[in-house]
Amino acid sequence: MTELQVTESGSLQDEGLADEQNAQYLTFELADEDYGVDILRVQEIRGWDVVTRIPNAPPYVKGVLNLRGAIVPIFDLRERFGLSCQEYTKDTVVIVLRINGDTGMRIMGVIVDAVSDVLNANSNGLANAPDFGGRVATEFITGLVSAGDKMVMLLDVDKLLGQDQESELELAAAN
Amino acid sequence: MTIDMAQFHQVFFDESFEGLDIMESGLLEMDPGSADPEQINSIFRAAHSIKGGSGTFGFTNIADFTHVMETLLDEMRDGRRQVTAEAVNVLLASVDVLREMLTATSEDAEMDPERVKAQKAELDRLLAGDSAATKVAEPDSMEEAPAASEQTGWHIVFHPHPHMMRTGNDSLRLLRELGGLGELMVEVDVTSLPPLSEFEPEDSYLSWDLRLMGDATQEQINDIFDWVEDDCDLSINPICPEQTAPPAAPEVASDSEQKAEVKAASAPVERREGVDRRTSERRGSAKKTGSSAGASSIRVDISKIDVLINMVGELVITQSMLSMLGEEFDISQIERLREGLAQLERHTREMQESVMQIRMLPISFTFSRFPRLVHDLSTKMGKKIELKMTGEATEVDKTVIEKIGDPLVHLVRNSLDHGIEMPEERVAAGKPEVGTVELNASHRGGNIIIEIKDDGNGLNKDVLLNKAIERGLVPPDAILTDQQIYELIFAAGFSTAETVSDVSGRGVGMDVVRRNINELGCSIEIHSEMGVGSSFVIRLPLTLAILDGQTVSVGSETYIVPLVSIIESIQIKEDMVNMLAGKGETFKLRDEYLPIVRLHEILGVNDAKAKEINEGLLVVVEGEGRRCGFFVDDLLGQQQVVIKSLEANYKKIVGLSGATILGDGSVALILDIPGLIRMAGKASLDYGKDVRKTA
Repeated sequence: MTELQVTESGSLQDEGLADEQNAQYLTFELADEDYGVDILRVQEIRGWDVVTRIPNAPPYVKGVLNLRGAIVPIFDLRERFGLSCQEYTKDTVVIVLRINGDTGMRIMGVIVDAVSDVLNANSNGLANAPDFGGRVATEFITGLVSAGDKMVMLLDVDKLLGQDQESELELAAAN
Repeated sequence: MTIDMAQFHQVFFDESFEGLDIMESGLLEMDPGSADPEQINSIFRAAHSIKGGSGTFGFTNIADFTHVMETLLDEMRDGRRQVTAEAVNVLLASVDVLREMLTATSEDAEMDPERVKAQKAELDRLLAGDSAATKVAEPDSMEEAPAASEQTGWHIVFHPHPHMMRTGNDSLRLLRELGGLGELMVEVDVTSLPPLSEFEPEDSYLSWDLRLMGDATQEQINDIFDWVEDDCDLSINPICPEQTAPPAAPEVASDSEQKAEVKAASAPVERREGVDRRTSERRGSAKKTGSSAGASSIRVDISKIDVLINMVGELVITQSMLSMLGEEFDISQIERLREGLAQLERHTREMQESVMQIRMLPISFTFSRFPRLVHDLSTKMGKKIELKMTGEATEVDKTVIEKIGDPLVHLVRNSLDHGIEMPEERVAAGKPEVGTVELNASHRGGNIIIEIKDDGNGLNKDVLLNKAIERGLVPPDAILTDQQIYELIFAAGFSTAETVSDVSGRGVGMDVVRRNINELGCSIEIHSEMGVGSSFVIRLPLTLAILDGQTVSVGSETYIVPLVSIIESIQIKEDMVNMLAGKGETFKLRDEYLPIVRLHEILGVNDAKAKEINEGLLVVVEGEGRRCGFFVDDLLGQQQVVIKSLEANYKKIVGLSGATILGDGSVALILDIPGLIRMAGKASLDYGKDVRKTA
């Protein structure tokens, strides 16, 4: 199992506190697009492992995983964003994230194509996501930042993974 | 001293609530007129430690309030006061107020001071009752205390008894604390100091004449002397400008008389009615916020810990034996290895059991509130009711205890209000005048059974059915079984009571009872007979953390079926299956037709091996009184599984009650049998949906 623990999260936190404007983001690839998440939310990065499927869950919920005794749900971000699916290989990566929900901290994993880099971004350099109207859901995107010649979309993980809990629950109740 | 007292608060609150329970049960058992002194003593001790604790932590309002109660109890203990029914009732009400104060304090909430004041006045009125003639005339020091403008300070005569130091109290510390309240003028009286040859180093020989200037209140001063009151002669008097010499100081030996001076009978008694109603409302709201606040703690019997320590010792020995074996292992020792592993397994299981034991508490924690409830409600409703409780020692998981409390209260209230008739009616019906409500708890198999039984009127099936039809809960032409009719009382907004009382009858409650009980994974059954009585049987799981499960395979997936809900597993043949309306499969098990639920269909498994009915197995399960056959590929084995919540990181999923981790580290999902049966019922109804929509 390829397991790469982000051990320096403690020291990163200190830096983050020292300079709030200069946040660090873990960037990853998803169907040739680049995304970033706040690195302080990343608990660990691990390889793809077989999960236990949850019956009657939306297709992007791949299942649950035993993460050292905790039952952690795994989401496929490609399917979450409506991108084309891909076979999982041994290179497929799961980023385990800490989500602040209404009921406290949750741990969830997202499947991405590959982890790319750690990006230092100044909040002054952030651009707002353009408004596409209803065509493209941009509410999960806190901002855009350029890294070299690439554009990285910064994701609000709480909104992405925490918020839709309720609506799904209602959906299930309605069903 | 800069110890953070807040860290001890939780312990204090836990102990205080325990103390309140002791006081409450003691008061309820007390016979007016002929009280057992030991009983009064235990109530007194509980009150005393609450007072002491709250004083130490600076919760002065609680300390003051308890002090008055304590005074009253003290007089009863010394036989100076008769134990009257009135006094007991006032003390019970005070216990309630005190509980609210503690709850409010523990949640950092504000307690309605008016309520405390009213109850305190009630206590004072009682205290003043017989001593009013002598005490009320005296200067009312408490009333004067806040009026600081009239006085410049306090004159305190403090004469410790020789043994005071041995009780752990140092006069110097007291003086230092007094000094913290304002400017302190100290005169020492050394007259009783013996010659050096007779001097005992641990005795107190000095006494003090103190003048404390500033606007310290009497409570603050009382607090300081709280612990030494019985070990010294003490008098505290206000110093007023026009009257610098203290008035003829009434010597106060113990605290008993001290508070008797307190604003006697000044509060209007008529207010009580309104106040009472407010209590129940406030209590309701307090409980809601309380459940979410803070980490809870548990008190564990030391013997349980000892057992655990022994077990750990055994485990360590086994472990070292195995590691020795592993160091130079050759195949001839395989037998010893097997032995060691078997030992390890046994120890692990035993240890698991004893750890679970730690979470177990006797159900009397829940039952103990009922004598009070029955006492209060029966008085209020003018009914004569006897409460019988058995099996209070039955041990249940702490979580279950916490969650089962409210549903039980609802059920008992219902029995009292709707079940038991008025005494006249009972006599007319040829029953004993005094109604009986029984609360039984017992172990049965892997379950705890709690039964609430009354010998009242029973449920009236016709009334229930008519009410339900009236409300549109069931179609007018429906034919329901008895059990189904009784189940109607759990429907939301359903009440058969003709009048709405503040006890029950609003139709909320029973649906909550049902929901709470279902959440715990329990079931509830109703038995009733008109005119004879009814009983509610709640089946609880022994623990919420571990479950005996049957692993079943469906396709490539493994699921856990709780063993308690399995009745049997059978293999049936194609020709035993009957179709119902061309849609639902049923089969006949002995003389009952049961629906077949194909698990792979309802769980969306697409690689199920068994497609035909004779290829797989039927697991006959029961949930909420309904039975059905789950069609699975195969049975794998039985094992104990540790229940892990899916909600912790994800959310609740219909049809699943949790997940567990199997021996190979993979996750298996635990099926929620009642939920699945409901799901299956809905799925088969789906095709009828359109018809209903157009109707």
